[in-house]
Amino acid sequence: MAFWIASSPHNHIQAKTPALMRLVIFATLPGILAQWYFFGWGNLLQIALAVSFCVLTEITFLAIRDKNIKAQISDYSAVLTGVLIGISIPAFAPWWIAAIGSVFAIAVVKQLYGGLGYNLFNPAMAAYVLLLVSFPVHMTAWAPVSDLMTQPVGLFDTLWLIFTGFSSDGFSVEQIRMNIDGITMATPLDTLKTDIGRGLTVKESFNNPVFGEFVSHGWEWVNLGFLIGGLYLIAKKAIDWRLPVSFLTGLLVFTFIGYVVSPDSSASTMFHWLSGGTMLGAFFIITDPVSGSTTAKGRIVFALLIALLVAVIRKFGGYPDAIAFAVLLANMAVPLIDQYTRPRTYGHKQGGTS
Amino acid sequence: MADSSTDTPNVNPGDETNNTVDTKPGEYRELVWQGLWKNNPGLVQLLGLCPLLAVTTTFTNALGLGLATLFVLICSNATVSAIRQWVPKEVRIPIFVLIIAAFVTCVQLLMNAYAYGIYQSLGIFLPLIVTNCAIIGRAEAYASKNPIKQASFDGLMMGIGFALVLLVLGSVRELLGQGTLFDGAHLLLGDWAKGLTIQVVEFDSQFLLAILPPGAFIAMGFLIAAKNAIDNRQAQKLAKSSKPKEIERVRVNFEG
Repeated sequence: MAFWIASSPHNHIQAKTPALMRLVIFATLPGILAQWYFFGWGNLLQIALAVSFCVLTEITFLAIRDKNIKAQISDYSAVLTGVLIGISIPAFAPWWIAAIGSVFAIAVVKQLYGGLGYNLFNPAMAAYVLLLVSFPVHMTAWAPVSDLMTQPVGLFDTLWLIFTGFSSDGFSVEQIRMNIDGITMATPLDTLKTDIGRGLTVKESFNNPVFGEFVSHGWEWVNLGFLIGGLYLIAKKAIDWRLPVSFLTGLLVFTFIGYVVSPDSSASTMFHWLSGGTMLGAFFIITDPVSGSTTAKGRIVFALLIALLVAVIRKFGGYPDAIAFAVLLANMAVPLIDQYTRPRTYGHKQGGTS
Repeated sequence: MADSSTDTPNVNPGDETNNTVDTKPGEYRELVWQGLWKNNPGLVQLLGLCPLLAVTTTFTNALGLGLATLFVLICSNATVSAIRQWVPKEVRIPIFVLIIAAFVTCVQLLMNAYAYGIYQSLGIFLPLIVTNCAIIGRAEAYASKNPIKQASFDGLMMGIGFALVLLVLGSVRELLGQGTLFDGAHLLLGDWAKGLTIQVVEFDSQFLLAILPPGAFIAMGFLIAAKNAIDNRQAQKLAKSSKPKEIERVRVNFEG
């Protein structure tokens, strides 16, 4: 009798790429719904825009490269990239922001390097960095939580804002973002950074309504949404638990150091966990199987490196959030990490000698 | 940067055979081909990347630096070639650097006097032409072994090749970044050039990446990729058209 012989790993889900990508896209739904609930229709429209531009670019480039368009489009990788770009773009950003980001992500970061499986960098994050560096004004114009806005913004108004820059009543994005006192609202991370720069302590800064009652009004629920989706992915064995666990642990340790050293100028770990793109990054960005490390130990190092970079950039850097920069920098370190964390082959001693 | 060029004098393998004084008919044509395309200092040798990437934010800056480099390259090649019999091999590099530095100083003073605006916007990268390895590379690889006429012609062609890359990069980055072309040309060409500025596209917000250094690297990558793509296509065409001949006789390829 013949045994079926296969190489390791033996305990894995037998899903192919399309199923995996679909699973990840479904898992972003709780976070997207939270975004929709707290920040209005903007993000759903941005996701729709980014996905359509991503898919269009992918089709164009596959046609140029004489690849099998149908097979490669239906692996949903372009859709997933689009979803991630749409999530990370501010709700009222003009439509061409999503367009430029999506085209860059698919055309330059993914297809020019050889398509799915060959990209050095995470396409969505590279696109985000491109946009943030190129259009800082639009990319930091995050809308406040809907209930803090003086102007209610419906689906129709959001469409107008994205495509013309003004709502149907003639309000610009800047005016929409103002609260009752006429002060432009920013994200919690941004507000905290500005306030600390002005000499306020963290406690004083937290009186600002953007922080809400818990840690960061609205954002905490978005992050929890992505956390739920991420846990579902881990349960389905779609992502390696080591990555998010070591990333969040690393962030805990590094921000705790800052908090112990100077509690007045460093926010708590809970704030860092539940603000900005932490949970999205932990479960959906750094778990990218292509641009991340592939060994078990390497993944821990990779995630810890990202956590360190995030903590350092959020505390000392010029930008309020740092997931994208940290992921790109860590992507560059991946070949080195993989080189030094090669697992021992069965039957061989550590270091490659038998 | 300078090390890479001085360690590899054999930048242009075909040159060593050209030591004879009498000029072969195809030699100048070969120099044009090498300087502008096949061995372009910007696209193929990848020398002098520091000024290439740093100052090409606008067409005008690129033109200023391109002209300065061109001038220095011709003069230094001619001088190095003229004194090539008397330069001891052991100390040739310091001597080349001194010659180049002398010409760079001339260019710098001239620009300071007659084109002060462009002198200011080029900043440190004007004196840094001294360390441009494209120049010392040509002095070492070609000028120190060839007569004055060919050496200065080689300097001219290499300089034009380098300046062309600068100009293309400068125009692309200016176009993407600000939507203009020839902005600030009057700094270099005089007041009459003020009207040259063309507003090609009107942006609500600048595409900052094109103006920032990463944009220079990305644009440069695209230029090199485009050149390689054209070369590959040519090679394929050549291979196709020369296939029937292969049967008749043995072909000997001279890789240059």
